[in-house]
Amino acid sequence: MPEHEADGQLATPTHEVRDFLHRRREQIAQRWADEPLFRTVFTVSRDEAVEAGKAVVDALAQVADSDRVEDPDAAGFSGVREQLARMGAARSRAGLSNTQVSSELAALRPPVENMLAADLEQAPPEHLRACSTTLTVLMGTLRLVAMQTALSEWQALSDRQRMQLLEVATPVIRLWDGIVAVPLIGTLDSARSQVVMETLLNAVVDQHARFAILDITGVPTVDSLVAQHLMKTVAAARLMGAECIVSGIRPAIAQTMVHLGLDLDVLTRASLSDALGYALHQLGADIVNPGAGQR
Amino acid sequence: MHTAAGVEACLPIRSDMDLVWVRQHVRQAAALLGFGLVEQTKLITAASELARNTLVHGGGGQMEATRVSSGGAQGLRLSFSDEGPGIADLDLALSDGYTSGGGLGMGLSGARRLVHEFDIDSTPGAGTTVRVTCWVAQPPRPREEA
Ligand SMILES: Nc1ncnc2c1ncn2[C@@H]1O[C@H](COP(=O)(O)OP(=O)(O)OP(=O)(O)O)[C@@H](O)[C@H]1O
Ligand SMILES: [Mg+2]
Repeated sequence: MPEHEADGQLATPTHEVRDFLHRRREQIAQRWADEPLFRTVFTVSRDEAVEAGKAVVDALAQVADSDRVEDPDAAGFSGVREQLARMGAARSRAGLSNTQVSSELAALRPPVENMLAADLEQAPPEHLRACSTTLTVLMGTLRLVAMQTALSEWQALSDRQRMQLLEVATPVIRLWDGIVAVPLIGTLDSARSQVVMETLLNAVVDQHARFAILDITGVPTVDSLVAQHLMKTVAAARLMGAECIVSGIRPAIAQTMVHLGLDLDVLTRASLSDALGYALHQLGADIVNPGAGQR
Repeated sequence: MHTAAGVEACLPIRSDMDLVWVRQHVRQAAALLGFGLVEQTKLITAASELARNTLVHGGGGQMEATRVSSGGAQGLRLSFSDEGPGIADLDLALSDGYTSGGGLGMGLSGARRLVHEFDIDSTPGAGTTVRVTCWVAQPPRPREEA
């Protein structure tokens, strides 16, 4: 099947490398099984590490076959992406930095290169040089694929954590029969506002709330986007039959909102307790504060 | 004396996260220069509006912060630039309530009211730069440590 030596002509470097990988599959995998990257990840048995190594060799051969040694998106890599991710993740868990993982990946190259040099000992030097360059490029691409995969895993993890944080950071508190409150804390970006709105509306429905208090004491900046999010939430709560009260607008923020030209068009109260007092009064549940006057 | 360190910076504006850094930086720089709480809040809010415009309408860009002084007064200048589509009609863009997208249309006009100096330089097809300056109402007494 290879044009190799058919009429004394040399195979192209990529195909030479491909054939070499097929030929030396077993030895390369055996050799890699001793490298920390494989040895420390596949701990059940050495065979397991060797099998994993073979899978990587096969992927490399397939990529070489498709003549895309420089392309991290080459189809040949797709079969080992998950395995590489697992290996990278295991090494990170073991306390290695990304740079250290990257150098462990780099360490896979020299033994393979030596084998290639031994195999092509009789070949013309320029052919050997071309083949080892191809191998270097291919191994570099493998390294890139592994790092990319590790990074995207990390990204996915951080997205998940972010989502979790969004959810825990928006507790809806039931203050009284028919009164719920959300203390908003931190940056109200679009993602958080969406979560706030959904949690609040659910609480309004579940608890048959007549009043929903949005306390913005913990929101550092109220700009037009934050105002817009607040207004949308207020409008949606209104549709569900609950009146919103925004509390905790600090004086500096109030002044800034006036200059900015923002009118929230919503009931506001200075503090959460003022808002609660108002809502209670509306519900006909006035309470006499025994500590009144102490403030 | 106040040094430029902690005030002067050039920050990228490429994502929502960058907007958080922009606000943080302006907050810190304004505090360092001795701005009062209300002025700080105004400046941060203006920066938030302008940086978001850079990101949303300008397709990303950067903010440059510089310390300025004039006749003993200290100030903070912020320059937001992008290489986006530019603004064809500045008067329209600067009018309250005008938005080309789903915004409130209060960002640009509101930011102008929040600062002492405001100027905008936009070339359709080439990009937009908005420069704002705020002066510290009471300049910090220079000799207080002497
Ligand atoms: N950097 C920019 N590049 C291009 N167009 C801009 C830029 N900044 C503002 N504009 C234009 O000016 C309009 C008004 O801006 P403004 O900030 O007032 O409103 P907005 O961004 O649409 O809404 P918001 O009130 O949420 O800020 C925008 O809708 C947009 O068309
Ligand atoms: Mg805007």
